[in-house]
Amino acid sequence: MSIFLAKRFFALVITLLVASLVIFFLMEILPGDPASIILGVGAQEDTLAALRTEMGLNNSAPERYFRWISGILSGDFGRSYTYDIPVSTLILERLSLSLPLALLAISLSTLLAIPIGVLAVANHKRIADTGIMGLAQLGVAVPNFWFAILLILFFSVKLGWFSAGGFAGWEMGLAAALKSLTLPAISLALPQAAILARVTRSAVLETVREDFVRTARAKGLSRNAALWKHAFRNALIPVVTILGLQLSFLLAGTIIIENVFYLPGLGRLLFQAIAQRDLVVVKNIVILLAATVVIINFLVDMCYVAIDPRLRGGRA
Amino acid sequence: MNESMLSEFWRNSLHHRSFVIGLILSFIMLFTGLLSLFWTPFPVELLDIPHKLESPSAKHWLGTDHFGRDVFSMLMVGAWNSMLVSVFAIGFGSLIGVPLGALAAAKRGWVEETVMRFNDFAFAFPALLTAVMLSAVYGPGTINSVLAIGIFNIPVFARITRGSALSIYKREFILAARTAGKGEFQIAVEHIFPNIVSVLIVQVTIQFALGILAEAGLSYLGLGTQPPIPSWGKMLSEAQTMMFFAPQLAILPGLAIVLTVLGLNLLGDGLRDILDPRLSRVR
Repeated sequence: MSIFLAKRFFALVITLLVASLVIFFLMEILPGDPASIILGVGAQEDTLAALRTEMGLNNSAPERYFRWISGILSGDFGRSYTYDIPVSTLILERLSLSLPLALLAISLSTLLAIPIGVLAVANHKRIADTGIMGLAQLGVAVPNFWFAILLILFFSVKLGWFSAGGFAGWEMGLAAALKSLTLPAISLALPQAAILARVTRSAVLETVREDFVRTARAKGLSRNAALWKHAFRNALIPVVTILGLQLSFLLAGTIIIENVFYLPGLGRLLFQAIAQRDLVVVKNIVILLAATVVIINFLVDMCYVAIDPRLRGGRA
Repeated sequence: MNESMLSEFWRNSLHHRSFVIGLILSFIMLFTGLLSLFWTPFPVELLDIPHKLESPSAKHWLGTDHFGRDVFSMLMVGAWNSMLVSVFAIGFGSLIGVPLGALAAAKRGWVEETVMRFNDFAFAFPALLTAVMLSAVYGPGTINSVLAIGIFNIPVFARITRGSALSIYKREFILAARTAGKGEFQIAVEHIFPNIVSVLIVQVTIQFALGILAEAGLSYLGLGTQPPIPSWGKMLSEAQTMMFFAPQLAILPGLAIVLTVLGLNLLGDGLRDILDPRLSRVR
């Protein structure tokens, strides 16, 4: 196991290093002068010079890169040009919305998709199976932001149950805050649940035909117990793989969904930072999101080891 | 593929329900997009404010938007733009990804390891993140969408090519080709590629559908195709502000996206079943 984990950990560090280099190159070196991008074409030379000094742009590229990375490692993400506060404060403030939203969405999607996928197997080739798979096929084709718009049309415009956007804030109480996150979480979760249900169904269908499931049935286990305890457990690897991938897509999804519902989260901050050309904010949120994706993939590999004892022997 | 194989392919295809539905939906979208190059009911840049937000009628089949533009014409042009971005993006991703995957399978060792690590790295950048970076520095635009979606597709094609090619390299006819003195490049082109092309075609169809979804998302955020060129995503973001009095504007572009993506996904599923029954999903 240790060899497998050490190899994966080494790959994780290298990937993060390369990702940071690419972001630095794309956003600081390639455009020429980041200060003139932030201030626009009409900027005065002395204002530009002041910003270059403030951002440390007069230093050499390697020096700037190392300062950026060591800053990140010590929790200093630099200062936002438009908000004039530390980027880390901004990020933490916005994460208090984005993180619960992402967790709510992934829990909803998992809690829905896995039982539905297994249910489809239990009713294989019957109406329930065909119906579920038809819906899943449709769900995969629906863009989450359009689904969000449909939810707003129905639940906010027509029924008036939820507001069409905005966030009540945690200080208004848990119920009010969760209410403003309900439609966004559903619109993120359902299209993902469609994919997860399809994967769960085909993974469980493959294991359900294995001999050990037949043995489990022969020793007197009920059909459902054999399905959940034996077939489902052995189908977990592809399910966890997709779940890990979905977490990455969820991060990207929150950027769109937060904009649909005008939620003041990390995604909306990123989007506003692009409009305001606040490169420091964009650069740091991008590295944070990319790092999260890489770390999630690493954790998925850890899960493989937990699920499949054969990987513990050092084979990878 | 010789003539008898082709006729067998069509015979199998026409009995496959998903394939037929997918083919029809995809053909309708392709035809609509192509037609928009020569004809649309109204020019899409024609603003007709006195007739804004009209309901569907004999004159304007799907009504008009807040500038009085014909919604049906905009959807037609949107279909073409959406497909164009996706075609270029998938072309870009596969033209780099397929040779990389083939190289990894042919050379193994450190070359393979490097290619696979590069894949891990590229996966860390969902198309949206790449588009965000490019837009922040260079401003939003269609080329950004193509690049962002294309870059995300490189590892997808590299992985599938490597995986499929590895299983072909184990076959005896590759050994025979080597014994006959053929070089690595010749083997890859003459023996490996023809044997994995069906897998790649299926993947292209699926990625094409994902590309349409990604393009719609980017143009919804204003990072993709820019006005006045109509795009489905942009139409949806404009419609969102008018949901209380013109909800139909928020429904039609979404339906166009869903039908296109559904068509391509069904086509991909069908092709997978027909071209390579071993890959067919468990039924």
